[in-house]
Amino acid sequence: MIEIKHLSKTFSLKGRTVDAVRDVSLTVQDGDIYGVIGYSGAGKSTLVRCLNLLETPDSGTLTVNDSGLITVENGKIYHGENKQPMKEKQLNAMRRHIGMIFQHFNLLDRSTVFENVAYPLKYSGMSRAEISARVMEMLQLVDLTEKRDAYPSQLSGGQKQRVAIARALASHPKVLLSDEATSALDPDATESILALLRSLNEKLGLTIIMITHEMAVIKSICRHVAVMEDGRVVEEGSVYDIFAHPKQNITKHFVASASALNRVDKLLRDDSPLVRVNEGELLVRLLFSRDSVGDSVISRISRDFGVSISIVLASVEVLEGAPLGGMVAVLKGDEESVKSALDWLNKHHVEVEVLRRG
Amino acid sequence: MDELLKQWIPNVMAYKSRFLTSLSQTGQMTLRSGLIAFVIGLALGVILTVCKKDGIRPNAVLYRIIDMIVNLFRSIPFIILLIFLIPFTRLLVGTAIGVKGALVPLVFGCVPFYTRQVEAALASVDSGKVEAARSMGSGTLGIIFRVYLHEAVPDLVRATTITAISLIGLTTMAGAVGAGGIGSFAINYGQNQNHQDIVNVCVIILLVFVSLLQFLGNLLSRRTTNRGLFRRGNEK
Repeated sequence: MIEIKHLSKTFSLKGRTVDAVRDVSLTVQDGDIYGVIGYSGAGKSTLVRCLNLLETPDSGTLTVNDSGLITVENGKIYHGENKQPMKEKQLNAMRRHIGMIFQHFNLLDRSTVFENVAYPLKYSGMSRAEISARVMEMLQLVDLTEKRDAYPSQLSGGQKQRVAIARALASHPKVLLSDEATSALDPDATESILALLRSLNEKLGLTIIMITHEMAVIKSICRHVAVMEDGRVVEEGSVYDIFAHPKQNITKHFVASASALNRVDKLLRDDSPLVRVNEGELLVRLLFSRDSVGDSVISRISRDFGVSISIVLASVEVLEGAPLGGMVAVLKGDEESVKSALDWLNKHHVEVEVLRRG
Repeated sequence: MDELLKQWIPNVMAYKSRFLTSLSQTGQMTLRSGLIAFVIGLALGVILTVCKKDGIRPNAVLYRIIDMIVNLFRSIPFIILLIFLIPFTRLLVGTAIGVKGALVPLVFGCVPFYTRQVEAALASVDSGKVEAARSMGSGTLGIIFRVYLHEAVPDLVRATTITAISLIGLTTMAGAVGAGGIGSFAINYGQNQNHQDIVNVCVIILLVFVSLLQFLGNLLSRRTTNRGLFRRGNEK
């Protein structure tokens, strides 16, 4: 389990102070894929660098798996319940248990794929044969065994990131920090890296923390997500809930960027003819959660209540393996039947939001 | 052959043994002071890189001290440095003249230049690589040797080439403290005795030296870009 409590970090840049992380508390369960999303400058990179103490927080406590309690006060790092100052050696040992991958891969250009993956293993007391076996095992895991003698400059972006993943996991860490690992990749490579991370999560029980500014990445592999803005976590929860019920404006923005369901907001803003309603009509947004997707609710209300429905926009997302459907439609009928239709929908786990009344 | 040379460069042939001694003196000065300067400059360049404000081991005091010393010695013209250092040289190696006496000022003249070159070469190593190494638990020494020095080899080769060439230039001035060498040969036997052929041969010899060095440097720098210094094929 990863637990952060009251973590803060302030940078001073040319006399100006920037609160990169403000009093952030988070818990990530073992085996979770936890997303941290935010615009650039929101503090997500700093937050994740505090986890392996690449960045020293100003204050706060953190525990990463069996690292023991780490307390930071005034930028000094203490270890254990009785707060012993943490030595450089202990820090380095702790970092070996936390893998990290980066947006620009950060491979050694003058080393082969093999040597890059062997990097964390060398000088760790392993024999050459053991290192070689482990490296080949890792290359097999990321499906790059035939590239063992290639140099990074001979690889594609996706392949480079695979090497970086193999390198990050070579020393058996239980946690992988991913800092915008797919942001420099094309859509195909992004897809394949995300699929690889998902399979590593399942195969190795790896806990993954994904930093990204793309909601599509969160949607595709994360189970939980924290939304950061101005150094704070403004919203947190399961990806399904966040997509179904975004509360903060920034969250709504991110959700809208990755899901067709919220595109209607833009249509409304632009006053598109699609969303104009006539006298007596009602523009509604219907949200079908996992309990109601699949029921034939639409045909039910038009048949049983005599309400006619014309669909403006509809889509189904699959999040955490569960469907989340949404629809924007114009309802038409006499006031009484529309009202009872809406009541009926509510009872059947369909959330109704009236967007416009004609 | 001998006849032909005597015809073309009579004075050089007349002072043949002196000429060869001068060549050997220049060679010795370049190699010996170069070797020492290489080690010291590399070390200082690494320390500057590591102790920088955003380096892996920030140390403002050490940085400022080295930075200041480097700037100080870089601003003194070499011919002045030569005579300025005479008392110090005598203290350090027992004599201030000859090849031995020239080594100290040559090192002092060359190290600041080389230190800056090394610093620039190491600065070109992507900070992301350093961060990745830190995230894998590498300590300061690990990062210096396995990331900085390892990744910067092509740039370091270039820097070393440039420094070696400028060092050859410095050695020609070492004649001022009686160290001999090709520079003082050109002045004493060429210019002062009005033997133009001696000067010409000195120029040609230096030209060949420097071109050869530049060629080797370029070759090595190219060969080390994005690959190991020497291909190892035994890890299969």
